Amino acid sequence: MSKSATEGQTVADVGSERRLNMIDAINDALDIMLERDPDVIVLGEDVGYFGGVFRATAGLQEKHGKTRVFDTPISECGIIGVAVGMGAYGLRPVPEIQFADYIYPGLDQLISEAARLRYRSATEYIAPLTVRSPFGGGIFGGQTHSQSPESIFTHVSGLKTVIPSTPYDAKGLLISCIEDNDPVIFFEPKRIYNGPFSGFYDKPVEPWKRFDASIVPEGHYKIPLGKARTVSEGDQLTILAYGTMVHVTEAVCKAKGIDANILDLRTLVPLDIEAIEASVERTGRCLIVHEATRTSGFGAELSALVTERCFYHLEAPVERVTGFDTPYPHSLEWAYFPGPVRIGEAIDKILKD
Amino acid sequence: MADRPGGAGGSNKPKLALHIPEPKYRPGDVADFSHLNVPPAGEQPRPDEAADPKSFAPLAYDLIRVLGDDDQAHGPWDPKLDPDTLRTMLYNMALVRAFDERMFRGQRQGKTSFYMKCTGEEATSVAAGMALASDDMVFPSYRQQGILISRGYPLVEMINQIYSNKGDKLKGRQLPIMYSSREHSFFSISGNLATQTPQAVGWAMASAAKGDSRIAATWVGEGSTAEGDFHSACTFATVYNAPVILNVINNQWAISSFSGFAGAERTTFAARALGYGLAGLRVDGNDALAVYASQQWAANRARANAGPTLIEYFTYRAEGHSTSDDPSGYRSAQEQDEWPLGDPVNRLKNHLIALGEWDEDRQAAMDKECADTVKTATKEAEKNGILGHGMHQPFHTMFEDVFEELPWHLKEQADQATRERKIKFDGGRPKS
Repeated sequence: MSKSATEGQTVADVGSERRLNMIDAINDALDIMLERDPDVIVLGEDVGYFGGVFRATAGLQEKHGKTRVFDTPISECGIIGVAVGMGAYGLRPVPEIQFADYIYPGLDQLISEAARLRYRSATEYIAPLTVRSPFGGGIFGGQTHSQSPESIFTHVSGLKTVIPSTPYDAKGLLISCIEDNDPVIFFEPKRIYNGPFSGFYDKPVEPWKRFDASIVPEGHYKIPLGKARTVSEGDQLTILAYGTMVHVTEAVCKAKGIDANILDLRTLVPLDIEAIEASVERTGRCLIVHEATRTSGFGAELSALVTERCFYHLEAPVERVTGFDTPYPHSLEWAYFPGPVRIGEAIDKILKD
Repeated sequence: MADRPGGAGGSNKPKLALHIPEPKYRPGDVADFSHLNVPPAGEQPRPDEAADPKSFAPLAYDLIRVLGDDDQAHGPWDPKLDPDTLRTMLYNMALVRAFDERMFRGQRQGKTSFYMKCTGEEATSVAAGMALASDDMVFPSYRQQGILISRGYPLVEMINQIYSNKGDKLKGRQLPIMYSSREHSFFSISGNLATQTPQAVGWAMASAAKGDSRIAATWVGEGSTAEGDFHSACTFATVYNAPVILNVINNQWAISSFSGFAGAERTTFAARALGYGLAGLRVDGNDALAVYASQQWAANRARANAGPTLIEYFTYRAEGHSTSDDPSGYRSAQEQDEWPLGDPVNRLKNHLIALGEWDEDRQAAMDKECADTVKTATKEAEKNGILGHGMHQPFHTMFEDVFEELPWHLKEQADQATRERKIKFDGGRPKS
């Protein structure tokens, strides 16, 4: 698994061996930013006294005070709307949307307001929000607690979309997002909050502390937005993935003895196109893996980019492995999930051509 | 159609009936507003600014009025403004009207694509805006040009924006009249309706969280109070006791839909406040003194941490929704003449005359001054070009400010756009 997942880090200090799961790493990032910047404010449903349904904000209200970390009404439109106003005032709001599946009532405020404010006011006003939201399935969440709606946001001009896949990255990326002056959607793959997921759902979860990517330094550090992480350096094919699927893909390659160049994209917009091009030009084969539904998913964009820019290096058609174009089913979750069988078959197909 | 066994209404139970609201008057009808309750000026009590909203709930159904039929100010809501302030208010309203007239004509002459007048509603932005401190943050909708003009925003800048010319501070990106001026504490106008309402609440929450002294105010039409954003705004305002004023401009018409489609057949818009525990006031929006006094009351309340206020300004949209609208297709042309609350500019003018502080000659001179001021500003702005005549912003600005820094994909698209400009297609160059 991702024992070398701290590659690409921007700080040298990983001396301390503090190991955190992804929730604690996110909590650490929020804590540091609340401490460093008096304009950072954390708001959302259940994030205050209780500390969030996934505990990502545990202890933050007690430490930083009720006017810095507080609960909100159950109104995603209101949460994003007031955050835009707070941003216009000069604050740096970090709203939490409890599940990505609940974000839709806030879409107008995100798409028509936060994403457009810098442009339409010619920089007079900006919306430096970081909207945190757990996304993705694999937890028996059914159709309303499992979705991966990232391509709705990557389609919007003016929004950045960031998805970490390790505790180390989650902290460094979240700090970068909060310090960024553009609105960012920060999707947290909730299936891997406690440990990376191999895709073999009947196996017990291995906790993060067994993996080096859980070594999270104390203090402030940043992972730059727009930079992919090289998960493995192989040359048989390129695999583009993000979030939970990074780990599933890595496990499948290991199980099949495939030597792939797996790129964890980390940021979908802006995308690390240089890393993608360099890899595909080297391997000549490209597989794209995401959990989201297939049609108009972000994989379609990736496939188009690779085809447009690397066509003469390709030795096989670009393949996509995705969720099916159905709502996320409850009882048939593992039939829906783009697991080892679907990924393995796609790898075989690409390598055969 | 109906999937009920036996078909809809198959039983002997009484049949349900769906109600579709219908305005009282359509084109050609004789308009009669005698059903509207217009109470005498000065009769409405003025509660303490920190009072419990429940204690003055009837004001959400009443109509706060100051200027009476005798053109005098009456009752406890009289803001007792000095004559100079009243003349400034009158001037601002007259300037807005002159500006609207000329910009409307400019659109008809092809100088821009779109314009929206606020005729008949001038008091709801001018008098309300003047009751706030100049650094209180306003989150307007699209018919509050009166606030910008009252705050001294240069007319030339407004016209540059309307023409989307090379002088436009917003770089020609926004539909005409969607102004923004941070320097004047005037938020960027969206064009998507009611989105500004929770934003105003959020700004006010931030101001309170920071121990600031500035408050926020927002304006929204009665039609768009139906948006979820408005209800989110009311909820957040009351939950956090935000120092904010939510102004609902009830001008009776949302394009062609009368206020009944926002619920006006059942209750007032001010009464929305009561369910949320907000202070609710219903005010004669064509009475500049009542508008000023109510806005000042709400501002004082917010500044004292006594809570947010929802104010319904009852007024009438005397002209079309915009240059793209023709109201003769859906409402009686008589409505404007029969509107029982009169014209806000005339009412304030007559009040000043009744006070012995004004006369028709001075009014005529002022109207001419306003027209000349607008004309001069228009000529000045036209030096920067009008819409569609080539004097637009540098081409590359289309790609700037999407993000703070230009990402690679926008760089590539900008290069493409630049290249396209140099290519002759089918023998000619496209008109810019």
